[in-house]
Amino acid sequence: MHEVRNTHAWQILRDRGVQFLIYASVLLISAVFIWILVDLIRGGIAHLSWEFLIEPPRDTGRAGGIAPILVSTLLILLVAVLTAVPIAWTTAILLAEFVAVDNAFGKAVRFSLHVLAGVPSIVFGLFGNAFFSIYLGLGFSILSGGLTLACMLLPILTSTAEAGLRTVPNTYRTSASALGLTRTAALIHLILPAAAPVLAAGLLLGIGRALAETAALLFTSGYVERMPDSLLDSGRALALHIFDLSMNVPGGDTPAYASSLVLVSLLLCINILAMKFAHGLQRRKIMT
Amino acid sequence: MNSNQSTDKPNIFTLGPLEAGPACCDPQPAIQVRDLSLLYDGMIALDKVTLDIYQGCITALIGPSGCGKTSFLSAINRLTDLIPGCNVTGKILVHNQDIHHPDTHAQTLRRQVGMVFQKPTPFPLSIRRNLSLPLNEHGITQKAEIAAIIEQVLRDVGLWDEVHDRQDVSALSLSGGQQQRLCIARALALQPKILLMDEPCSALDPLASGVVEDLICRLRGRYTIVIVTHNLAQARRIANYAAFFWVSGRAGQLIEFGRCQHIFESPSHELTAAYVNGARG
Repeated sequence: MHEVRNTHAWQILRDRGVQFLIYASVLLISAVFIWILVDLIRGGIAHLSWEFLIEPPRDTGRAGGIAPILVSTLLILLVAVLTAVPIAWTTAILLAEFVAVDNAFGKAVRFSLHVLAGVPSIVFGLFGNAFFSIYLGLGFSILSGGLTLACMLLPILTSTAEAGLRTVPNTYRTSASALGLTRTAALIHLILPAAAPVLAAGLLLGIGRALAETAALLFTSGYVERMPDSLLDSGRALALHIFDLSMNVPGGDTPAYASSLVLVSLLLCINILAMKFAHGLQRRKIMT
Repeated sequence: MNSNQSTDKPNIFTLGPLEAGPACCDPQPAIQVRDLSLLYDGMIALDKVTLDIYQGCITALIGPSGCGKTSFLSAINRLTDLIPGCNVTGKILVHNQDIHHPDTHAQTLRRQVGMVFQKPTPFPLSIRRNLSLPLNEHGITQKAEIAAIIEQVLRDVGLWDEVHDRQDVSALSLSGGQQQRLCIARALALQPKILLMDEPCSALDPLASGVVEDLICRLRGRYTIVIVTHNLAQARRIANYAAFFWVSGRAGQLIEFGRCQHIFESPSHELTAAYVNGARG
């Protein structure tokens, strides 16, 4: 009897211990995020103003704003997304709709995407520099930066889109076929619309990833802080601007903080949007 | 037919005009199946089925689970094409046309041979769009024509009074029985000659099931109907003909085919007798 009670007490203790560890980890993670956020706000909010967003930088960024940098960032992002999305989504359609899960070709494609997802961004930067900037002669430009980012986006866009297409119930495909619909018709009218929320969520995650990218752009889009006139101009991305201000510009800390605040706010908005889409999908699945 | 005859000529069931059944039935075969075998990844699932299905009649496929009834059904509109590793041998003639002939397009075949599944499968679209999408894809694009067809088929399945004023709401908001009737309407909209039904009532409650059953009876004569059902009472109520499948080893076989009355009251095979009397299966 005494033995049994002891075991029971030990089990309760263990239960509490595990609970404590779980809560502590969650708290720690949230704390890191909140710490960063608070630090950014404290360091940057004073410097942040409407003028900061619409003026060009002066004195290598110590004064002035970040307008051309925002424009360059947006252009790089646009090139990356417009290039990566068609390739990634058609690949996902092939993987999810046209080859079986255990198909050797599909496996090979998925494997290469996994490897690609794990490649450090500096390696992408070197590849982009060698291929787009030098071999294709695009130089340090928004175009070569965007194309390099597109390569980085392929794995995340493809895998989220494939997962999204696989959540579409097979009954749609079978009953569409039974009604004599072609595969393309079923894809356009039924499967893609049903998978749209996941596609959108994946796209937003990819944009978030691209927005935060620094190393891959260092060697490809360059770091000229002028307002770009064309896609072949060099342009400095926001993350790169922060890097430059904090590393190479004595006295650039405050604008670096303000720029970081802008970047993190953008990321936050994008992630909230992505979560909203994913949530919307879950609710719809329950309805079905 | 007696048991001697069936051992002499195993698995061949083509009734002569004399056996062809009640007056509603035209004794013309609508579907002629010859030596149909079906293999999944080399494993035989259905073994040499030969069978005629008569025009305008309801033919029930009965038998235990896993005996190949659904596989048989999917072979008729070539939905088996979609299953990787599935191999079909033998011949199926639908209105004297070989469905495996290179000139027969699966899309055209499936327009003639509609299918209704066990679970209602409405698309996550509006009621109207559920019906108009397949029509659009088959080249019917005139609005007035589509509206007329939609009204016609919704009336046919008894849904018109229930949904005519809310055709733009999601089909998923309908009840299970309504969804199943919508799926039947969707199949009918393409004006098929043949309707394949895979346990269309089994996912519905008894009331909704009754409504769908009445509907199937109303379609008799206008359409050739092949229905898989586990509900023997239902098969007996609605079918003109019944085909009894049984599984030996892993392969499904057609044991007996005949007028519904014969199968249920004086079956020639002892397995059939045991199954319909509830002794086996």
